[in-house]
Amino acid sequence: MTYLADVGALARKDLLLELRARDTLPAMLLFVVSTLVVFHFVLPAEATDLAATGLLWVALLFTALLGLSRSFAAEREQGVIDGLVLAPSDRSAIWLGKTLSILAFLGLAEVIALPAYALFFRPVDAALVAGVVLADLGIAAVGTLLAAMATASRARELLLPLVFLPLAIPIVVGGVGASVSGEPGRYLGLLGLYDVLFAIICCASFEYVVTE
Amino acid sequence: MIRARSLEKRYGDKRILRGVTLDVAADGFLLVTGPNGSGKTTLLRLIAGLAAPSRGQLDVSVARGRIGYLGHEPLVYRELTALENLDLYGRLYRVQERRERTGMLLERFGLWDARHARAGSFSRGMMQRLALCRVLLHEPRLLLLDEPYSGLDTEGVQLLDRELAERAPGAAFVVATHEPERLEQFASARLALA
Repeated sequence: MTYLADVGALARKDLLLELRARDTLPAMLLFVVSTLVVFHFVLPAEATDLAATGLLWVALLFTALLGLSRSFAAEREQGVIDGLVLAPSDRSAIWLGKTLSILAFLGLAEVIALPAYALFFRPVDAALVAGVVLADLGIAAVGTLLAAMATASRARELLLPLVFLPLAIPIVVGGVGASVSGEPGRYLGLLGLYDVLFAIICCASFEYVVTE
Repeated sequence: MIRARSLEKRYGDKRILRGVTLDVAADGFLLVTGPNGSGKTTLLRLIAGLAAPSRGQLDVSVARGRIGYLGHEPLVYRELTALENLDLYGRLYRVQERRERTGMLLERFGLWDARHARAGSFSRGMMQRLALCRVLLHEPRLLLLDEPYSGLDTEGVQLLDRELAERAPGAAFVVATHEPERLEQFASARLALA
């Protein structure tokens, strides 16, 4: 219970910070909508639904990257990560709290992005929504760990995409597969497995990322 | 409470600390002095567990949750109010009667009227007072203070002196400072880093 209370306090703090500073979510919303608008005009009229689905996943992935690159900004700029690390709570609570807040930002961005996609390209079905939800879990779990790693580096803007994008390939494969395949179950299973596996790895290794 | 033998810390090729040996008892007060770049901050970070020594032995026999660390940064969120910052730390440190204790500290350090103001709007001195509230919130058994008087006005200095006088008998202190004369009255041991 104490662990969950710590996670809740940390996630609530991130949401409160975003509510005050508004420097992550508006940027994500603007980026994802403007990307979909640009893709709408770039894609030839005779392009297939497959191409449109691929572009949706590109937009979602880079929107997530934008959010992740800002996720530890407050901790980095104000040195607060030391304060959190010194607290007696399990350090993986910092990871889980941050993962939940990233998940909330991603979810909010997609609440706007998916209707925009439906408006510009094709209707959204249940398999696509399920794929997006499962992909978000993996993106938030892995992305939070990597964002914490990158934040300690001076080349953080370069480092995060460099390490995140290769690890996100299975997410894209699963997400696109679930969106276009006649049998999405296989791909949703892949995404679920990825989420569970990487959540365990990230949770267990976060302590080593934030301590020397 | 703290036992260090031949402690060394390197960052790449640069040696920050070399051969530091020290002992601090449960009620000890170690005053650490030295010029800029001599490793005072690094020593405090090593003791806090925020960095690992490159060589040597360091034993700190106090739980992480009973350490109070005051660094160069106040370690508070600028977008949160003073009250929200202390409430967050109070929750993470599982402080009993969190609200009462937070209120008492804010009042003692003259921040009660500014409790709903964002920390980012605070002056340097107010920020230092808030940082001291954060450090003292969970009744630490070991206090690691890096230039604790930095930014404090006369009233702030008196407040801190009073806190130190009250707490010195029951807790261990390691204080890094450029103004050792101010803390001589409390010191039970001194360490001069070169």
